[in-house]
Amino acid sequence: MKDNDNEAKIILQDVCKSFGDFQALNNINLQVNKGEKIVVCGPSGSGKSTMIRCINRLEEHDSGKIIISGRELTNEVKDIDAVRSEVGMVFQNFNLFPHLTVINNLMLALKLVRKMNKSKAREVAMGFLERVQIPEQADKYPIQLSGGQQQRVAIARALCMNPEVMLFDEPTSALDPEMISEVLDVMIDLANEGLTMICVTHEMGFARSVADSIVFMDSGEIVEMKPPDEFFNNPESKRTKAFLSQILSH
Amino acid sequence: MNLQIYLILESIPKMLTGLGVTLQLLFLSAVLGLSLGIFLLLMRISGRWYLSLPAFIYIYFFRGTPILVQIFVIYHGFPQFEFIRDSVFWPILREPFGCATLALTLNTGAYVSEILRGGYLGVQRELHEAGMALGLSKLHRFVYVTTPIAVRIAIPAYSNDFISLLKATSLASTITLLDMTGASRTIVAETFAPYEIFISAAIIYMVMTFFIQRGFGRFEKYMSRYVKP
Repeated sequence: MKDNDNEAKIILQDVCKSFGDFQALNNINLQVNKGEKIVVCGPSGSGKSTMIRCINRLEEHDSGKIIISGRELTNEVKDIDAVRSEVGMVFQNFNLFPHLTVINNLMLALKLVRKMNKSKAREVAMGFLERVQIPEQADKYPIQLSGGQQQRVAIARALCMNPEVMLFDEPTSALDPEMISEVLDVMIDLANEGLTMICVTHEMGFARSVADSIVFMDSGEIVEMKPPDEFFNNPESKRTKAFLSQILSH
Repeated sequence: MNLQIYLILESIPKMLTGLGVTLQLLFLSAVLGLSLGIFLLLMRISGRWYLSLPAFIYIYFFRGTPILVQIFVIYHGFPQFEFIRDSVFWPILREPFGCATLALTLNTGAYVSEILRGGYLGVQRELHEAGMALGLSKLHRFVYVTTPIAVRIAIPAYSNDFISLLKATSLASTITLLDMTGASRTIVAETFAPYEIFISAAIIYMVMTFFIQRGFGRFEKYMSRYVKP
């Protein structure tokens, strides 16, 4: 039992969340183990983003339990900041700090949260910029970069914190088509290195090649959770079939 | 009536004797008012009603009453209270300069806090979230993420308030202070040439405004360096 607990990086137990009358999450149960890559898909408004936003408490769940690396998310502020620094998040719209250069975007939390001195932080940050293959952009401001480059900076910024889990909230949805692959390439690299990932995306090619399981959500519920082969070839529920026929029809 | 140009040229140097007082009033109340404004802003956005409500009432009161009335209340009204005469603030409140500075500070503080709040609210929610997701504490997010962006957004409105404050310093002349306007009135009493003298005063205020505008323009440009590629 104890070993199992150590393996589970993220546990969601009967998690519910509503916005006013709208039930965004309805009894969500999910366990993500170390090194697992989970792709979450589903129609818009199905609760995908809300679910991963609950995991680092950008949204507060109403009931149920969320446990990250053995720590339950509660109202204790210190705990939240600590948990957040272990959970990397990449947003649809990059959300880089516009007033900071690329390198300073990466260094900010290293200095303030990880308490590194400036030269150490710079070294770590440059390392991650090289990993996402844009070290030459270090001293530019985000607005001077293309969308694909900005998203790679955002990934590097999250990786800098050496997170145990990475959350991706539709990381390629705001990108022009020709920039999607450069971001997906970085994400595939990360997946191959064994990083634990939860990724909300509609990139089914990516899902097929890297996901250990695909979660299909609809109306705030997890309808189906299966390995990619089974998910694409042998979906059980009607809703999954309808969704797949829509998304794969082009 | 003929405009006597030589009178304008002659009176401008005399008027500049009041410039020192005007500048002191301006910078002292601007700095103190900015500090007050930041303090009020923090109360307003604290999310605690017992802090935000008093700040709201304060702002409403000082924006809702004329600054001239505020100056008169402080200068003519306060000395009637014995506890004020006995307080440690009396050496300041006894002097017209102290009263004028206090009134201008309290007034501009109310406006500045609203200007800063506008800047604060203009910062995208997503950037707060990005800071949260990195594990930055509330204080760190406020200092390193929100404030630099909020300042940039607030500069145009703040420079407007600063220029208003420059003009408001002229009201100090109503409580015997010899600022630029006060000096002008003295010269008018000697020369009986209100037209020329007040035009001269207007010119000096305009020149000062020009430099203030330029200063803020540069500051804005610097703070916006990351907005345009």
